[in-house]
Amino acid sequence: MTMSPTEAIEAPRIGHDVLASARAEWFKVLAWRVGITVVGLALWETASGRLIKPFWISAPSAIWAQLYAWVESGDLWMHMRITLTETVAGFVLGAVSGIAFGLALGLNKRLAAVLDPFIIAFYSLPKIALAPLFILWFGVGLASKIVLATFVVFFLVFYNTYAGTLAVEQELVDVLRLMGATRWQIVRKVILPSVLLWIFTGMKISVPYALIGAVVGEMMASNKGLGYLIQASAGQYDTSGVFAALFVLMIIATGLHEILKQSERVMLRWKEDST
Amino acid sequence: MTPVPLIEYRDIARRFTTRRGTVTACEHVDLTVNEGEFLAIVGPSGCGKSTLLNMAAGLLQPSAGGVFYRGEKVPEPNTRVGYMTQRDTLLPWRSVEDNVAIALELRGQDRPTRLRTAHEWLHRVGLKGFENAYPAQLSGGMRRRVSMARTLAYEPETILMDEPFGALDAQLRLVMHDELLKLWAATRTTMVFVTHDLTEAITLADRVAVFSARPGRIRAIETVDLPRPRDVFRIRFDPRFGELHDRLWGYLEESVREGVMV
Ligand SMILES: Nc1ncnc2c1ncn2[C@@H]1O[C@H](COP(=O)(O)OP(=O)(O)OP(=O)(O)O)[C@@H](O)[C@H]1O
Ligand SMILES: [Mg+2]
Repeated sequence: MTMSPTEAIEAPRIGHDVLASARAEWFKVLAWRVGITVVGLALWETASGRLIKPFWISAPSAIWAQLYAWVESGDLWMHMRITLTETVAGFVLGAVSGIAFGLALGLNKRLAAVLDPFIIAFYSLPKIALAPLFILWFGVGLASKIVLATFVVFFLVFYNTYAGTLAVEQELVDVLRLMGATRWQIVRKVILPSVLLWIFTGMKISVPYALIGAVVGEMMASNKGLGYLIQASAGQYDTSGVFAALFVLMIIATGLHEILKQSERVMLRWKEDST
Repeated sequence: MTPVPLIEYRDIARRFTTRRGTVTACEHVDLTVNEGEFLAIVGPSGCGKSTLLNMAAGLLQPSAGGVFYRGEKVPEPNTRVGYMTQRDTLLPWRSVEDNVAIALELRGQDRPTRLRTAHEWLHRVGLKGFENAYPAQLSGGMRRRVSMARTLAYEPETILMDEPFGALDAQLRLVMHDELLKLWAATRTTMVFVTHDLTEAITLADRVAVFSARPGRIRAIETVDLPRPRDVFRIRFDPRFGELHDRLWGYLEESVREGVMV
């Protein structure tokens, strides 16, 4: 059967229209976002010095100037690198050990039963409260912050991974058992793929906590890093400095989150709805 | 040829205890499935049909009595049976073709060979062109057909099917009946087929077992002496079919009525 000319022309255009309207929608959303940002910054700038003293809220222009000065002097990059190193190292160590431990416990019911009370005890502990201890043990350098971030991330990732192994659908496991799968095949083909979703959730929620671990450690004792920068600026009543450092932290957290989101999209392609 | 018993339920009962009390799913069930036979089980909802299949698969143990496979206690799990469960159990992170090929993959078959088999089966169940889709992108009926392809593709010795065609429309159901019978004629795999639909049961099976309402017991077993090969599109108009249907319907009606009264 040959296609009638109208069909031949119509078919692609429908797809095109859908795409075009989706893009139009996206532009509208973007316009609103830009609008809110511009209005917010303008209000802030206007209020500063007129309604509220700059001492309390600084002003976007002052914050910008401060950032620019830090970039010029090279300070920003130095502090940022320190904080990033601590965060990423803590995140990677915490995530890897959390996944390994979560899987080990999920696949070994006896071990899980034995360790359960200890895990609950450690889990309910506010991890940040360990910062002084870690500083005592590992000094004021990078190590203490990395350990703190690792610890915080470990528990979040561990807990999610473990919960994921408990949530594996028994029916899916049974299907493979009936097909004669070995224990290891079941782990590889059912348990790991279904836990992956939980692992990603755990990793995504722990990104900001890795940063918290690093920054809190820096604020308590150090002479480098964005946490130190906040602490030092506040100590000199330099509100612009505090805001500038916070702004950089915000950028870092968003960037890390975005990286994880993209890798999740690649790994969990099967979850994506068709377009 | 004397029938060789393959699956035997010997006076089994199964009870489930929950916080709300004990439910007896089925009791005093004596049933033998012979090698190479196509047995259909019909009965009202909740009478323990799925429970029976789970016991044959070794996923569930009877509370009383014993279930035997080739004369021996059913192993846990029974890897000789392929089981198409009532619920969807496709692996959502695998494409359709990789779902169908999974049993062959577990056996260590190389990818091109197992995918060739998978494609053949997908073609048979009418899903050509969906090899690379993910289960979430298919309709309920399409997913059932993928499940069926997956169960048949690795040629298990015995196949258990729990309402495989419940989600299909009447026409497609007939097409699937036709395919299934052709297949079965070629392989003579032992089949235990659970359904709500009496017409479906008679069309396909050598014997039909009708269950009572919960607690499920066997109310009657009738042999379907319609000749094979059967024309699934026309067989329902055969007078012998009508006669059998009337008789079985009588049993089923009693079962359904007592189910409603309870
Ligand atoms: N795991 C379970 N825990 C508690 N009760 C159960 C369980 N499995 C089944 N039952 C009960 O056993 C009875 C029989 O269940 P079963 O699933 O075998 O019925 P069925 O005949 O397959 O019904 P349907 O045709 O609706 O699929 C039901 O009343 C159900 O409530
Ligand atoms: Mg059922």
